[in-house]
Amino acid sequence: MLDHARQIDSKKYDKNALYGKILAVLFFEPSTRTRMSFESAIARLGGTSISVGSVEACSMAKGETLADTVRVVSGYADAIVIRHPREGAARLAAEFATVPVINAGDGAGQHPSQTLLDLYTIRQSMPIDGIDIALVGDLRYGRTAHSLASALSLYGARLHTVSPRGLELPGTLATDLRDKGLEIIEHDDISEVINIVDVLYLTRIQRERFPDSASYFNVASSYRITPELLAGAKKHLIVLHPLPRVDEIDPRVDDSPHARYFEQSKNGVPVRMAMLMKVMQ
Amino acid sequence: MKRPEDVENEGLLVRRIRNGTVIDHIDCGEALNVVKILGITGTTQEALSIATNVQSRNMERKDIVKLTNRELSKEEVDRIALISPKATINIVRNFKVCEKKGVEIPSQIVGIVQCPNPGCISNTNEPIESKFEVLPKGLRCHYCDWLITKDITSHII
Repeated sequence: MLDHARQIDSKKYDKNALYGKILAVLFFEPSTRTRMSFESAIARLGGTSISVGSVEACSMAKGETLADTVRVVSGYADAIVIRHPREGAARLAAEFATVPVINAGDGAGQHPSQTLLDLYTIRQSMPIDGIDIALVGDLRYGRTAHSLASALSLYGARLHTVSPRGLELPGTLATDLRDKGLEIIEHDDISEVINIVDVLYLTRIQRERFPDSASYFNVASSYRITPELLAGAKKHLIVLHPLPRVDEIDPRVDDSPHARYFEQSKNGVPVRMAMLMKVMQ
Repeated sequence: MKRPEDVENEGLLVRRIRNGTVIDHIDCGEALNVVKILGITGTTQEALSIATNVQSRNMERKDIVKLTNRELSKEEVDRIALISPKATINIVRNFKVCEKKGVEIPSQIVGIVQCPNPGCISNTNEPIESKFEVLPKGLRCHYCDWLITKDITSHII
């Protein structure tokens, strides 16, 4: 799929590949990048998208189950992209839908389409096999980190984790990943990994995970990437972030050759085009 | 010392049953959980006898559950393997054991265990039953991948 995305990225694709197809965009949580890049992806392939608008405006607000919603929407579209605040929601949706379902984020669970574009972005700079990568930030609730870590276990990568106390990678996930042969090394501070890793993957630390603003700012400031910190990094290090960022990356890093997060975000379109072609053609 | 069977036959602990199911060799202290897993409640029509901490020939101590006039299916009894893998099932007809079998750990259990993850979609009003894959290291939620590695009985619905 990543190879296909690269082909699409170099404009080698049929612009009417999904002509006449309809993608239902069922988002029960806020989204900018994921939602818009899926909508852009279907449009670029000649298809159209439909959505419920806000959660308040749909039948879920009236108490309809997700199972009923996806059964109904299956009759309106050729595939469903779903984001939901509950873990396992996409899997449930796939059981009741009669059309393909793509998970665009399920609570603190997984975010596989983000992972594909993360891998695609890494591969633009280096082979993924055997890389040293640091996952930084909220690794407990950060679904992008969960999916990426799972995927990296297939590539013989070495995973360095840096997270505030209480926001470490979930124990069961870490056990699973180690069982799959992924080496996980925990660190207390970014400075311990900055000169080791090839990829620095940051995730947003959410304010609501902390009891008060003071403790949030205290932690958040210690996980901030600055040009000064990057001075000690490998020359080819790339900095990724699924965005939106809040305070994790100093805006001065944006112009650094290490910064790849906006490119990463842009890569969401060709990667999701490849995904849609895979399930809708 | 008298064998447990002898004790039972004398009616001192649990009487023999004419027809039904005897679940024997239950791990000591798990009899009530076995009953819970089988969904046998206080409102059941069948007569239910439970003996705990009984001396056994093969085990130090064991529990026994006897259920009259009901023959449990293999699917029902295999659930017991989750908490008592050495249990044996005896189907009794006219005071004679007609079938005797061990329990096998099923590959999947449905509707018995509640996912401990409060954010799991299975803990909502969706029209589904909880579903777990049975693995050597524990039970994995089919929906959210949560892994229960210990104290399974505390999650029985």
